[in-house]
Amino acid sequence: MAAAVAEPTRRKLGDLKVALIFLFPALVGFVVFYLVPAIRGVYISLTDWNLLANEGEFIGIENYQAVFEDPLFWNALKVTGVYVAINIGSQTILAMAIAVMMDRLTRSVTVRGIMLLPWLVPNVVVALLWLWLLDKNVGVVNTWLEFVGIEPIAFFGRPNWVMPTIAGINTWRHMGYTALLIFAGLKTIPGSLYEAAAVDGATETEMFRRITLPLLRPVLALVLVITVIGSFQVFDTVAVATGGFGGRPGGPINASRVIYLYIFENAFSRNKFGYAAALAVTLFALLLVVTIFQMRMLRAGESDLS
Amino acid sequence: MSVGHGTMAATKQRPRMGRVAAWGFMTLIILVSLFPFYWAIRTAFSTNSALFTSGQSLLPIQPTTINVEKVLGLEPITAGGATFDFTTVLTNSVVVATVITIGQVIFSAMAAYAFARLEWPGRDAVFLVFLAGLMIPPIFTLIPNFVLIRNLGWLNTLPGIIAPFFLMTPFAVFFLRQFFLGINRSLEEAALIDGAGHFRTFFRIILPISSGPMFTLAILTYITAWNEFLWPLVVGREREVHVFTVALSFFTSQQPGIAPDWAGLMSGTMIAALPILVLFALTARKVVDSIQFSGIK
Repeated sequence: MAAAVAEPTRRKLGDLKVALIFLFPALVGFVVFYLVPAIRGVYISLTDWNLLANEGEFIGIENYQAVFEDPLFWNALKVTGVYVAINIGSQTILAMAIAVMMDRLTRSVTVRGIMLLPWLVPNVVVALLWLWLLDKNVGVVNTWLEFVGIEPIAFFGRPNWVMPTIAGINTWRHMGYTALLIFAGLKTIPGSLYEAAAVDGATETEMFRRITLPLLRPVLALVLVITVIGSFQVFDTVAVATGGFGGRPGGPINASRVIYLYIFENAFSRNKFGYAAALAVTLFALLLVVTIFQMRMLRAGESDLS
Repeated sequence: MSVGHGTMAATKQRPRMGRVAAWGFMTLIILVSLFPFYWAIRTAFSTNSALFTSGQSLLPIQPTTINVEKVLGLEPITAGGATFDFTTVLTNSVVVATVITIGQVIFSAMAAYAFARLEWPGRDAVFLVFLAGLMIPPIFTLIPNFVLIRNLGWLNTLPGIIAPFFLMTPFAVFFLRQFFLGINRSLEEAALIDGAGHFRTFFRIILPISSGPMFTLAILTYITAWNEFLWPLVVGREREVHVFTVALSFFTSQQPGIAPDWAGLMSGTMIAALPILVLFALTARKVVDSIQFSGIK
């Protein structure tokens, strides 16, 4: 690994001087917008910082105590949990199916490109497209439902419907992208395994269960870790879909007040920066726990191939 | 064997049924992916009032281009029909996404080179700290970053919207480092022995060799910057600095709950997505391939 022209004196510090120059802009960016804010975020969470006053006093862990006693926090957690469960469940199953089919049927870039379209456009655009498609009065989906004899559904207006609806919308947005990640994993499985299994008379289902699933596990684990983290952070779709047309984001009542939205509102509508920061730290801790748990469960680091 | 493995067994036993069902499923997925876009375009070219009375024809109802013209600012807005200042919003979005892309790709490439090719104490530890940045949820740094931008007096300015993404993202550094590690060393070593410094090696050898991945990263960065909503919503609320996402969300929240301007909204929506769709159409293969690359590595 040593550079080709390393002299004994240069050895210790190596290319430090050059490295510092190359690293300087990115290092500034990292320190100013990631490292210091992360530390400052923890500090703000220990104060009663108010956005308007732009100052706060150190109050220890009071904010965290308040978080755990806050019914709206637990509500946000529940709402987000429901969203993540529906979204990740449907999205992963659909993406698996798409990836397997794609692997069998076509390598066409056009097909893969089309499935990526929903993922490429802004969340705000996605939310608006579906607000229109699912509109209670003139949305085309409700017209179809009526056609088969189902009463129109206020997808965004009913507490029981709003989170499953938004979860479904984001499944639509992410299924193609997730399928591409899984598809890439499928391509790493040696074709000879399937050929050998076919010679032994294995059926399609057996091959899927015995070869595809186990060998895909490391990739699937990685995909799940990434998508679950992303799913917990749902914000744009909720804010636009429930905040449109004079509506209040998070509604009806609190049925779609996900954790991101709740943090956002505490910070920028109620000016409670300290409390919002404590919520953010709590979310971060929660994500860490969920990720570590997933890694353990799915043994993400190991491969069955070797 | 271009169709993939497993087909051998399938073709022997049930050649047709399975494949037909699979193609049926794929066609359905493709239709579901495309239909909302088609429906938005169809709506954008319909007369708004007719949408409420004339059913669900697959083609535009009472076709018109007036909605699109309104959004583009070619046609005056009548009372009640809120929209956004297209020229301003387009300029803001293009400036923000372009400046972020140029800065982020160049500076991240330099950092990636320092991590992949230079020898210095603590290199791997610093890289791990950078990687840890990938784990931080944006909302966590949102509040302190907002305070910083406000203290700098950059609220409601384009620099304020650009700043956090301009110098690096952990993903960009990671993506390029991964690629640089894979480049054959012999070329650069020959250059270094010939007396070329690291700067010349970087700019004359590494960058040209990596133009493919750099370009891919640039496209992904541009799309991400264009789509960003939360940060510009927080620091760019004034009309003069609205980007497309923020402008669209304000446009929506200003609409009446009863009989909103759907045709206008869909025009704005498709116009906001159009630059990204064109960019993607031109570069689809690279974007599609890169997702597999970043997904696996």
